[in-house]
Amino acid sequence: MGYHYLEDVATADIAFEATGETVEQVFVAAAEATMNVMVEELRSIEGRVEKRIELENRDLDMLLFDLLQELVYYKDAQQLLLRVREIAIAERDGTYLLSARAAGEKLDPERHEQRADVKAVTLHQFTLQKTDALWKALVILDI
Amino acid sequence: MALPHALRRVTDTVWELPASYKDGMRVPARIYGTDKLVREMDDAVYDQVTNVATLPGIVKYALCMPDGHFGYGFPIGGVAAMDAEGGGVISPGGIGFDINCGMRLIKTDLTYDDVQPRLTELVDKLFAAVPAGVGSTGFLKLSRQEFRAVIEQGAQWCVRNGYGWNEDLELTEDSGRTPGADASKVSERAIDRGFNQIGTLGSGNHYLEIQVVREENICDKNLAQTFGLDPGRIVVMFHCGSRGFGHQVATDYLQLFLKVMESKYHIRILDRELACAPFTSPEGRDYFAAMKCALNMSFANRQMILHRVREVFSRVYGQPAEKLGIRMIYDIAHNTAKLERHTVDGKAMSLLVHRKGATRAFGPGMAEIPAQYRTIGQPVIIGGSMETGSYLLVGPEGGKETFFSTPHGSGRTMSRTKARKQWRGRELQADMKKRGIYVRTASWSGLAEEAGGAYKNIDEIVGAAEAAGIAKRVVRFAPLGNIKG
Repeated sequence: MGYHYLEDVATADIAFEATGETVEQVFVAAAEATMNVMVEELRSIEGRVEKRIELENRDLDMLLFDLLQELVYYKDAQQLLLRVREIAIAERDGTYLLSARAAGEKLDPERHEQRADVKAVTLHQFTLQKTDALWKALVILDI
Repeated sequence: MALPHALRRVTDTVWELPASYKDGMRVPARIYGTDKLVREMDDAVYDQVTNVATLPGIVKYALCMPDGHFGYGFPIGGVAAMDAEGGGVISPGGIGFDINCGMRLIKTDLTYDDVQPRLTELVDKLFAAVPAGVGSTGFLKLSRQEFRAVIEQGAQWCVRNGYGWNEDLELTEDSGRTPGADASKVSERAIDRGFNQIGTLGSGNHYLEIQVVREENICDKNLAQTFGLDPGRIVVMFHCGSRGFGHQVATDYLQLFLKVMESKYHIRILDRELACAPFTSPEGRDYFAAMKCALNMSFANRQMILHRVREVFSRVYGQPAEKLGIRMIYDIAHNTAKLERHTVDGKAMSLLVHRKGATRAFGPGMAEIPAQYRTIGQPVIIGGSMETGSYLLVGPEGGKETFFSTPHGSGRTMSRTKARKQWRGRELQADMKKRGIYVRTASWSGLAEEAGGAYKNIDEIVGAAEAAGIAKRVVRFAPLGNIKG
């Protein structure tokens, strides 16, 4: 699993592709890619604060969208930089349920080298799909 | 790059794709730009502007300005006027996530000789006073209830609370308070994301810059004189928007519209980012009232930054801001939708004009222009890259064809991911210093992403707008000091 940024997709913004062998892995990779747009070194984020994230959506791709939005929300509302530590995704009666534990800390410009603020997760070319044995997500973040 | 086959050149600077270009287009698409600019535009611009042409209620043309590039739903530089009373839609994708991202231009009585020796001190103090970067918070501590008042009252709230002068409001679009804002139409999450961010720049292409007027950069002597912009004069320009608050308002309504658009209003679109609702529907009305809250948040944001700029200059020069002549030239939104009266084919119409990365540019005599500019046309502030320069323009009479809209900036030509591989932030800072431009940044890689080479040529953009008759150049400003988010 992992992620890489794409050069020729979004001129003024940032596009990435995240991959994983399981749906959980691709969600975590996409979360890491989103945070890595804002902070150069994810390792510099210490797990001092924990947040539980519970989400549900009828569409699996929109569940990923909701998770990424949640990270952007905490960054603005509480200046929290969060990394997803544990995640479980299940389906019940046509609805996808996500339960995650995220840990992180308040942004400290002295210790967290910044990159660019994410304004929003966009739906432009937003895709989540399984190809052969691999889950792939394409996401464009508005900068 | 190969241009679409169907693209027809209407004039030297206006190009058209006919309504037959794509299924569902209701009107032709028109792209403004020189041959060079049009060839430089990414393929997405042609795809997106023709998608916009399929939206219900669109009048005359789907437009793209000379600085157009890839956006979401609409291209950046996109303009679309919808028949407000005849089934036209409102679309968050036609406004942008950063609602009322805009420009403010301030003049001073200081000259280059006054500022050059103290440039480092000024920039360092401005960098400390105007927070920039990821999730930054402002000095204004508000309760959620007070924030609700700010988003309904805009910059007027700031001036009433001692953060500005009455004349600032007269020289702000909508007098700094867009009427009809309703705080009950915004979510708690939007308030959570924005209520501590007033007075902050943000990041990306947002900046605050100290600039100088040089004699060779005065494009129209008479107009420049009307603005009091003579050679050597120092101005301050900044670019920012409604921060996390506006981004959340846009996100909330985009999702709401996706839910109701097809099932309730039977509207089919070609791209999820074009989600929309009829302007007169309950959802459309709610978004319009919520969007206006974000317009007001942004006017307040720029007003608080002006207040901080005045404080810093006053401290550095040991004189009150009034004595230093730190006065507004104008403040204008370039991500917005506004209800305006326009004459289309001889018929007066009420239009909802979406401008996304496009600036309103009303011509001389129009009632919405502040009295002191009414005979010359509305001021238009165009931000360029930090290495090249920026412009003051005015709206000409001939702007009718674009519903009085003009470009908003340089427009990028290289992706951020590519730019950060090409330049290094620290080296760029040192290199710019040698050229007399002192820059401070919250993010080194963010600085590299904003290198001048990643942008189109601003002179070409503004030249194309003037040649097309949708703007008139007044002055080009050269950068001296810059703070980047």
